[in-house]
Amino acid sequence: MSQAIALIDGNSFYCSCERVFDVKLRSVPVIVLSNNDGCAIARTAEAKALGIRMGEPWFKIRELCRTERVRVFSSNYALYGDMSARANEVYRRFSPRVEIYSIDESFLDLTDVAPGRRLELARDLRATVHRWTGIPTCVGIGPTKTLAKLANHLAKTNPALAGVCDLSDDNERSHWLCRTALEEVWGIGRASQAKLRALGCDSVADVRDLDPRPVRRALTVVGERIIHELRGRACLSLETVAATRKGCAVTRSFSSRVEDLATMEQAVAAHATRLGEKLRRERLGTDHVTVFFHTSEHDTGNPQRSASTVVTLPEATSDTLALIKAATAGVRRIWKTGYRYSKAGVITVDLVPLAASQRALFDGLDRERGGALMDALDACNRRWGRGAVVPGTAGFGSQRTWSTRFDMRSPRYTTRIADIPVVGSA
Amino acid sequence: MQIYGISLGYPIPLPLLARPVAAGFPSPADDFIEEEIDLQRLLIVNRPATFLVRVAGDSMVGKSLFNDDLAIVDRSLEPQNGDVVMVDVDGERSFKVWQRQGHRVSLAFANPRYPAFNLSPSAVVEVWGVVSASINPRRRAQRG
Repeated sequence: MSQAIALIDGNSFYCSCERVFDVKLRSVPVIVLSNNDGCAIARTAEAKALGIRMGEPWFKIRELCRTERVRVFSSNYALYGDMSARANEVYRRFSPRVEIYSIDESFLDLTDVAPGRRLELARDLRATVHRWTGIPTCVGIGPTKTLAKLANHLAKTNPALAGVCDLSDDNERSHWLCRTALEEVWGIGRASQAKLRALGCDSVADVRDLDPRPVRRALTVVGERIIHELRGRACLSLETVAATRKGCAVTRSFSSRVEDLATMEQAVAAHATRLGEKLRRERLGTDHVTVFFHTSEHDTGNPQRSASTVVTLPEATSDTLALIKAATAGVRRIWKTGYRYSKAGVITVDLVPLAASQRALFDGLDRERGGALMDALDACNRRWGRGAVVPGTAGFGSQRTWSTRFDMRSPRYTTRIADIPVVGSA
Repeated sequence: MQIYGISLGYPIPLPLLARPVAAGFPSPADDFIEEEIDLQRLLIVNRPATFLVRVAGDSMVGKSLFNDDLAIVDRSLEPQNGDVVMVDVDGERSFKVWQRQGHRVSLAFANPRYPAFNLSPSAVVEVWGVVSASINPRRRAQRG
């Protein structure tokens, strides 16, 4: 039996999360800003109608938002993460196989649902997610991931479809593919779009009808795969088990520029602390860290600098103290005064499972003692909240002059007892 | 480098049953061990649809929902007559007692000291969720 995949995603997901808890946000324009309130990353239909574009910098739209009374929020990832987990819990009641693709998108396996009943199930799914969590969604169904994604786009942009679209049927599919611009196909970048246009393609159907072999020459195997997927032959499978993480990065823009070594060391130590937490949660380790920092291209007229270095550790570890030692050594190695740094980060690739990793013959780290200390550190932070206990070098929250700004963040309604919504009698 | 404020012991995994000596007499309780009572499961029936909300005011005391209580609100429940619901009326969110006869919905306070709640026929009423349980701490634990 041919497979059926559904892609479900939240409409303006971050904005919708805010709307669940604040009744005053209904039918007014709402946007959510990226870390450090950099740019717009989620917009309601009302905000889009005002011309606010995806990724538009906050400083450019600030005035418009004031005059048009747009409600603006800093990102509240604790809230969005919790709402996403709830939505996925609902999805799992509808399909045993769910791939969480991103915080607001999941693929569901609907192969076992009779073809004639898939739309009905999709409508029921949408209604249930909306009732249980308050989040509006759209559902696209197709025999491949690429077609499910395309169906989802159609469901979202054609009001007549009422939020659901099924491209399982050949005739139905041909009808829609002829009427959709090739730019809507998942996974085709701008350069490839131009190449396809040069080949005489205009609609998605034109791309589907290309001969796969010459396309491989122009667009590599990725392009060829897309053609097969558009024809209904699955090349991408559902990944229900999260792949083992291969790399990990903690990078942040500073809320104000950093110009002295001590502050930079503290910031990078805090990033290394977070890196350690992430690695320990997945029992992974690393034997090197890349440290980088750079100035901002927006600071025109100031000298620009971008520096990075790799520091190796004696053996793979997830011990925060070892990571901090390596990362701050990296900072000192490449530090130069006289610049206004805007961002720093700690990155590692080639993560290894700690239990199976090779131990250093000489000068190894004391894993047992360090491991017990890290367990205690994690236990404290789980119990009293992240950042309750931090290594001295990373600095406490209040002393961090550089840390990320969330000036307009809403309460963490679902994850902090002090933040839960308060409702009276009105 | 220093770590501040740790004086905790390390977690010690405890066996479910205490059986210190293999040769000893087996505990007569072994066959009667049950799972612990899980308050979370008792209070939260449908996890993805359940939210905690702090109650403000005394309009619901007649339904044993007091100021500062934690209401457990289940969005997946269909309201039934007499339920306390969290409801949006013309863009105002509050707790009310739900009554419905045929197509006619009425909402009420649950406090004799309050005047009758008048629901205008043109009001837009949307139920956010049904209060399925509430927590009323008898001794106020520290909040935060």
